[in-house]
Amino acid sequence: MISAPAICSAVLIAAAPAGIARADEAALHLKDSPDAALVVSKCSICHSVDYIQSNAPFLKRAGWEAEVRKMVKVMGAPLDEAELARVVDYLTLQYGSDAP
Amino acid sequence: MVIRTRRSLLQTALGGLGLLGAGLSGPLARAGLPAGTLASAVLDALAGKRPLLKRSYRPPNYESPVSYLNEVITPNDRFFVRWHLADIPTIDVASWRLSIGGDGASRPFELTLAQLQHEFEPVELTAVCQCAGNRRGLSDPHVPGVQWGNGAMGNARWKGARLKDLLARAGLAKEAVEIAFNGADGPVLEATPDFTKSIPAWKALDENTLVAYEMNGEPLPHWNGYPARIIVPGWTATYWMKQVVSIRALAQPLSSFWMNTAYRIPKGKFPVVDRFLSQESETTTPVTEILVNSLITNLEEGQRFRAGSAIVVQGLAWDGGAGLRRVEVSIDGGRSWQSAQFGADLGRYSARAWQYAFTPRARGRVAVAARASNAQGATQTEQLIFNPAGYYNNVIQPISLEVT
Repeated sequence: MISAPAICSAVLIAAAPAGIARADEAALHLKDSPDAALVVSKCSICHSVDYIQSNAPFLKRAGWEAEVRKMVKVMGAPLDEAELARVVDYLTLQYGSDAP
Repeated sequence: MVIRTRRSLLQTALGGLGLLGAGLSGPLARAGLPAGTLASAVLDALAGKRPLLKRSYRPPNYESPVSYLNEVITPNDRFFVRWHLADIPTIDVASWRLSIGGDGASRPFELTLAQLQHEFEPVELTAVCQCAGNRRGLSDPHVPGVQWGNGAMGNARWKGARLKDLLARAGLAKEAVEIAFNGADGPVLEATPDFTKSIPAWKALDENTLVAYEMNGEPLPHWNGYPARIIVPGWTATYWMKQVVSIRALAQPLSSFWMNTAYRIPKGKFPVVDRFLSQESETTTPVTEILVNSLITNLEEGQRFRAGSAIVVQGLAWDGGAGLRRVEVSIDGGRSWQSAQFGADLGRYSARAWQYAFTPRARGRVAVAARASNAQGATQTEQLIFNPAGYYNNVIQPISLEVT
């Protein structure tokens, strides 16, 4: 399991002093997988990762990709195309509805 | 149809509706939250709040358990919390200022909180504050977003100055088409669109549209927009800007992600009456007034009763201000309906309590449901009007009781 704040606290302090994580956010864990750390480090810049957990498991790959692309294009999430692909893969496999 | 016969109290408290099924073969079906939503929800108390159902920690999105809505006025410490962006400052009233201006106002000015409270006639009214996405989590199929159950709403007494009085002092021009609001909250990343909203000038000039500084006789709670928020009675809460710091009269429609892309519904699909013409596109239109709706607030799915003993069904009904006409209750899954009794009328923008009592004679399942209708002849739907962002869910919701 990946502890969200353990991974993201440095990111938050560096990039987002205003969005300080609340204590209870520390209890959130995303499903274990090599790219979980990438997902936590990118997504939790702006929001707690319970957004991922609660939006599951009903999105198919296209749905998760649309969400991540919206986060990049509209919300300004700092992911390049390769990172975006890894995040979409992770969300599809771990929190999607059409995982193999 | 799968019927779950038992549910833990915790799961009910967490908004877990579990599996589908009214329990009887009536026309109504009970929708459920996604499994991941149920698993990640906890009862958690923000500072100054009683435990609410946490949907997300940051930004904080917390809904009221349905039992908190069993009173017609929702207490401040039980009122739901909804923020779009995670930078939510603690407001220092000494330095807080509300600026009123824009290119559609000739005499821009600023107000302190004391000036807002004392230089304008105070008005107090009771109104439902309901997220446009309340019940999104019950959409079938599910759609992404905050997975709200029934509790992204509350009913409160709001006291403040009329927005039209502020706009008059600012010299509102006839050319102003919209009034735009911004709050002190902001995004974490500079690239993220700030949460700004606008309403049509005609709605801003409605005598019931307020800049409120009190909620149920107290200062607004921090989480509900202290020290002042916009109150747009009858319209969904997306326009009720919290921590408001800026009110601008605009000669052109507001260009903002939160207006042009978010909070929109397909045109012509919902029975809305109020139109927001300056923001309509070919295919979509912003959400406007709250649709007529009701909620049973005193019963839980699977609750047990004894045959021969009276069951009192109570709840709330509300609409966008057209005026409630009746609430009907069905005890056979929606095949037949009987009138419920209304409680006190607290004004056309307020929720209204109602109740209905019956005595089941036979053992077995009883599917209870409520349905409100209003003076415009609008009522709740039996089937979801699907839309991709999950707004405007006013589907009739059955609750299955067990009579033993």
